[in-house]
Amino acid sequence: MAQARVHGVARLDLKRLREALPAVAVIAALIATWWLVVVKTESAIFPTPLAVLAGARELVEDGTLWDHIGASLMRVGIGFAMAVVIAVPLGLWMGWVRGAYITLNPLFQMLRPVSPIAWIPLAILWFGVGDVSPVFLIFLSSVFPMIVQTISGVHTIERRYLWAAANFGVSRYTLFRRVVIPAVLPQVIVGMRIGLGVAWLVVVAAEMIALRSGLGYLIIDSRNAGNRYDLVIAGMIIIGVIGLMLDGAMRLLERLKSVRWRYVR
Amino acid sequence: MSKIAVDNVRKGFERNGKAMPVVDGVSFSVADGEFVAIVGPSGCGKSTLMNIIAGLDRPDAGSVRVDGVEVTRPSPKGIVISQHGSVFPWLTVQENLMFGLHDNPGMGSKEALADHYAAMVGLKGFEQSYPHELSGGMLKRVELARALVVKPEILFMDEPFSALDALMNLRMRNELLRILAEERHTVLLITHDVEEAVHMADRIMVLGPRPTTTQATFDVPFPHPRRLSSPEVQALREEILRELGVEA
Repeated sequence: MAQARVHGVARLDLKRLREALPAVAVIAALIATWWLVVVKTESAIFPTPLAVLAGARELVEDGTLWDHIGASLMRVGIGFAMAVVIAVPLGLWMGWVRGAYITLNPLFQMLRPVSPIAWIPLAILWFGVGDVSPVFLIFLSSVFPMIVQTISGVHTIERRYLWAAANFGVSRYTLFRRVVIPAVLPQVIVGMRIGLGVAWLVVVAAEMIALRSGLGYLIIDSRNAGNRYDLVIAGMIIIGVIGLMLDGAMRLLERLKSVRWRYVR
Repeated sequence: MSKIAVDNVRKGFERNGKAMPVVDGVSFSVADGEFVAIVGPSGCGKSTLMNIIAGLDRPDAGSVRVDGVEVTRPSPKGIVISQHGSVFPWLTVQENLMFGLHDNPGMGSKEALADHYAAMVGLKGFEQSYPHELSGGMLKRVELARALVVKPEILFMDEPFSALDALMNLRMRNELLRILAEERHTVLLITHDVEEAVHMADRIMVLGPRPTTTQATFDVPFPHPRRLSSPEVQALREEILRELGVEA
């Protein structure tokens, strides 16, 4: 029995491995091409993949990499958490109460397409150059997508569920706790995935301008302090990998028992 | 006094700026414990009529009374079971059954009551399952049990079994009849399936095409259990089909 299960797991891993193969091949081909082009053109400034790896090791060994990652994650964590706390209740309210929707939605639809980068001057004016500005920008970037998704979640609750709840004569509290919130939860998770993705995008951009720590600062500082393009590219790759991991973590939420219904069939 | 009294109910909708009457003055009454089926062609306004009677929709004119009190909104006194179902997919079978139950110290635990009704409709062992883990027939059982557990006086059934295959449809009808023999409910069934109506109802009302009115009423005097293949049952079925404009 245990033997069979181990065998099954091994087979599953093999299948996953085979599925990952094309993606790995594309990345490997890209790195090979990069390497080849740098060697052939004898570029004095553009690093080879090996040089990037060496640069990354240097950052790991002197410990600065962890500080930068920690700083970026901290800013994203605070800004994103604040956005969730504001966006979800606000979205539920705007989705449920028509008056709130028609009053606030036009404003939010107008603010939403304004890039958070455009807010940088105002952020510096209001909060100065420090930790507050990037947190504010992250909050701005992720709050709107989450509000919009939550509202659309409320608006797309199927009428038959609301009718059933009305039929059983439950209180407003029960209606909200047992019907509205669980029905909207999958959309809230979609909003959180989008929000966190944008937040990560923005923290790096914000740090490029305003600060002394973080992965965005690392990239700009590496270029300014002696054209260390190996560190620039190492920073870019690390940003990409962490972004992938953050999205993976958010996707774990989709496995919650109470939202499974949305993803089956 | 009749349990349900429908008095000259009218309802129309507006489409492309033009008023479209759907229900055009329907009157009838249902006695306490009676099983009345309403049959009519597809799209004739049966469901609109049902929604009005259940209090989910308001009539433009006329009134619906339950126990002499005008219906203005839905209430647990009459639970609706509809074609597409409304079992909450995010709750387990047991949680669905407990949804309409209020805390009531005298009645024992809500879980025990829910499990009792789950067992009654053949869902024993599935109390902790989620709806997406169940088949269509079992979902119907959940819906039925969730309605029964709040002890409604009336069951409003709008094409309840029409999404099921023929075999499961027949099985669910038998289950329903068995349960109704135990717990007397007043039932209003809407269906386009004449056989289903003849199988279960005490009285059958035939509605005409939109805008709909009552076209004819048939009593079904046969005792339960009914043999659908018996000549009397078949004769009634054919008569109703003729009334609907179909030669059987």
